[in-house]
Amino acid sequence: MDFFFSLFMSGLTKGSIYALIALGYTMVYGIIALINFAHGEIYMIGAFIALIFTMHLSAPPVSMTGWTLLLTVAAIAAIYSGMYGWTVEKIAYQPLRGASRLAPLISAIGMSIFLQNYVQLVQTSNFLVFPDLIPQIELPLSWAKTLNRTNFIILIFTALSMATLTFFIKFTRMGMAMRAVAQDPTMAQLSGINLDRVISVTFIIGSVLAALGGLLIGCSIRQIDFYIGFLAGMKAFTAAVLGGIGSIPGAVIGALILGFAESFAAGYISSSYKDMVAFIILIIILTFRPGGIMGTTQTQKV
Amino acid sequence: MATLWISFLAYPLVVLRINTNTKSLDPQWSRLPILAASVFVITIIWRFLLKRRSYLRLTKAVNEASGLSVPKATWLTTVAKSRYRRKLLVVLLVIVAIIPFVSTPYTVNIMTTALIYITLGLGLNVVVGVSGLLNLGYVAFYAIGAYTYALLGYYFGLSFWICLPLGALFSTILGFLLGLPIIRLSGDYLAIVTLSFGEITRLVLTNLGFTRGPRGITNIKPPSFFGLNLNGAPKAFLVEHFGLHPVMDLNRLFIYFIILAVVVLTIICVYRLENSRLGRAWLALREDEIACQAMGINRTRAKLMAFALGSTWAGLAGVVFASQITFINPSSFSFMGSIMILSIVVLGGMDSIPGVIIGAAVLILLPEQLRFFSNYRMLIFGALMVTMMVFRPGGLIQSVREVYIHQASDSPPEPRPVVATPSTMDQEILND
Amino acid sequence: MTDRSLYTNHNGDHNGDPVLSTTALSMVFGGLIALDRVDLKVERNSITALIGPNGAGKTTFFNCLTGIYPPTRGAITYQPEKDRQINLKGLAPDRVTQLGLARTFQNIRLFNNLTVLENVLIGCHCRMKAGLFGALLRNRKTMAEEKAFIDFSYDLLVRYGLQASVNELAKNLPYGAQRRLEIVRALATVPKVLLLDEPAAGLNINETNELGALIENIRSQEKLSILLIEHDMNLVMKASHTIYVMDYGKLIAVGAPSEIRQNPAVIKAYLGEE
Repeated sequence: MDFFFSLFMSGLTKGSIYALIALGYTMVYGIIALINFAHGEIYMIGAFIALIFTMHLSAPPVSMTGWTLLLTVAAIAAIYSGMYGWTVEKIAYQPLRGASRLAPLISAIGMSIFLQNYVQLVQTSNFLVFPDLIPQIELPLSWAKTLNRTNFIILIFTALSMATLTFFIKFTRMGMAMRAVAQDPTMAQLSGINLDRVISVTFIIGSVLAALGGLLIGCSIRQIDFYIGFLAGMKAFTAAVLGGIGSIPGAVIGALILGFAESFAAGYISSSYKDMVAFIILIIILTFRPGGIMGTTQTQKV
Repeated sequence: MATLWISFLAYPLVVLRINTNTKSLDPQWSRLPILAASVFVITIIWRFLLKRRSYLRLTKAVNEASGLSVPKATWLTTVAKSRYRRKLLVVLLVIVAIIPFVSTPYTVNIMTTALIYITLGLGLNVVVGVSGLLNLGYVAFYAIGAYTYALLGYYFGLSFWICLPLGALFSTILGFLLGLPIIRLSGDYLAIVTLSFGEITRLVLTNLGFTRGPRGITNIKPPSFFGLNLNGAPKAFLVEHFGLHPVMDLNRLFIYFIILAVVVLTIICVYRLENSRLGRAWLALREDEIACQAMGINRTRAKLMAFALGSTWAGLAGVVFASQITFINPSSFSFMGSIMILSIVVLGGMDSIPGVIIGAAVLILLPEQLRFFSNYRMLIFGALMVTMMVFRPGGLIQSVREVYIHQASDSPPEPRPVVATPSTMDQEILND
Repeated sequence: MTDRSLYTNHNGDHNGDPVLSTTALSMVFGGLIALDRVDLKVERNSITALIGPNGAGKTTFFNCLTGIYPPTRGAITYQPEKDRQINLKGLAPDRVTQLGLARTFQNIRLFNNLTVLENVLIGCHCRMKAGLFGALLRNRKTMAEEKAFIDFSYDLLVRYGLQASVNELAKNLPYGAQRRLEIVRALATVPKVLLLDEPAAGLNINETNELGALIENIRSQEKLSILLIEHDMNLVMKASHTIYVMDYGKLIAVGAPSEIRQNPAVIKAYLGEE
């Protein structure tokens, strides 16, 4: 049973990190119907920035430690990634507004290749060790068997970010504007919503969440390289589609399902099949529910 | 402004390089001015191009509004639709056929790769360009072809010539079987499912015993030429009389000509398909699914056909690829492969055969040319993809529809029946 | 249109020879009743109009007829010949077209990036036979068929005044011509019943008048029956033999144009309570 619970917890952790990235995909898709292939790279850049600033800030002139270090690094990584997300949108997607569906997709793929190679060139193509940023905290002994402090902090972080996001989308003016654009961009524009601004904000939020995901995965796996964005991005995108792309709760549910599936498959079957299980689940679910779990199958208007 | 912004953005990654040995930061201040200077230049060019683009759009809009809607054809498009098209293709074919006799084995190898990708591009074009089904797992069918030859050759010693049709057949069947459950998915859902299918195929190949996992299969035999040892007497003959490069492996040369023949065959097939009842059904499907059904077209059947037939060429290309490279393992068939082929289709111009050919040539040959920049080539490649899409989203060559010339003989030519002048294209002269 | 009485009798009693009829056709979306037991008959060789305020369920009715939505209850009977009956309920849209019901769409749905001729040729799809091997081999049979249908399509385009733009892309046509092309494309399927969904939407008065003549022309030339959804009262009154009025998914009146004009229920539906 303990084995089961530890698999459950690791699935939950993994799922929540996927969820952080998946939210970026689903929000962007909800608003401009674009699969933002460069999103995984933003997550990777988030992890790199976090690593660089950890090294910077924990070294002698500043010498931060514990919570201050974690929070400062998280903030810097989030801000930088947000800016990267914004810039990527301005360069690669905004000039393509109104083009055919495939043009932005290819542009996104190009951007993804560019960012990957950019990081590889200016940094390194080797694996980098990620320091343990999670402060020492005492967990009740009964939990410690299944839940380590890293996973605990990851869950807290994720839960907090999602609560903030939900609040933002439900109760702020910008959140309302975003929902309006997702419903009908033309109508939203006619009622005075600045479409460009909404899209920018969406990219920034998505990138911030991805950066947090990058930081947390760094803390949990303890090593990063320029290529981590690709697989994580693909998984997160799968999660978003699984849940019904465009739907925010859908992305979270999809990500959790994916996390559990991988974790249990790795534990009970074999770890070499864990990636496959995720994709097989996706195909099965989409075969029976073509719109994803939370997605609505729209009746096409004629 | 933009320069400052990007420099600021890039500062931590570019300047604060992590030193893996000492586990400390290794500031590289000298990079900053270089970065700033290059960003500055790029920004100016970018701005200029954007201005030019919006100016061009404006003039086009004005022209259209004033009824002067003559879309200005670029020279590439003009070439693609000139009536010399066929002759041009033949000339091109002759040039491509001569190349191996005047160049090195290295060039032949790259050209073979480019030709393989042309086949792949044309096959995917049937699915994505013509039928509008986004397939992100196309490389899986390529893998099926390659593994068909590799495995059947390895275990049963079957020859290339038996495996070529078999590889195509297996890919088609697999395409059909995969198509069955997922064909009712639309747009991006189809994309992600095909993507997962591609990944699953790769993972299966990695994990199964009889595919020899990540080690892959080595020593794949080259195709036989009536059992002749090509590197013996025939080679000596060719080297002596046709100026063939002395270190050229004739087996490779033979593969080059096989894939060239496959490409020619593919071009003919795809062209004929596109201008047939079936091809029109696919086009209708891409343009508007509902209207397509309202025309009496069975949507599911048309989609399945496109999906399965598109996979056929991937299978063919796969078999040739295996024989060219003589060693395959699952990592030859990663997601990047699918992306590469898709980029060929989109960059070249959707639903345009010359477009796909040029797209493949550019995408395969360009990185080779960029070897000069060695490390930077993929970086430049990515940037070029973005630039291409921003400034020429329709691809290098926009597709051109066939023009039908109708010669009315019975009715007196009141208003001339057809707008097209005979010089526009060479198709279907109809007399009644 | 003085010979209107040839096709229907004016008192709204339809005992003639219906080519298409629905009995108690209902469509429910979730809790919303979009169509409520609709009984409608299209007489052979006549023009029948279906009118009603926005959101009355007219287009939904079309979608049920053509198989885009499966109706919740009721029957759709189609009689291509007098003594042959087919129930269309539950058939897929392409089947329905193959059997002889063709339609146009409220918001034009042409194949925009294809030429005008290709649009019409696609309409010929279900009467053509060439398969995969025909397309690849281009044997004599395929080429003959191809030629025959290109000729057919071309003639059709000439007949409806589109010959000047045969090779133009559909999206480059002027709006009125696009509407016409959509009708021609539907005619290319050689239907027994032509369903027109607001063909006059977006046309000016002159074009609408031309359209009225065109519809009558089609009926007499192509020997088919037309079911028409339309907002333009002028057109409906002039062109149609029988008019059905729908409101909130129910039929509220049926009869000849002159009767409908004076029907108090219709006036109420259109103008609201006095």
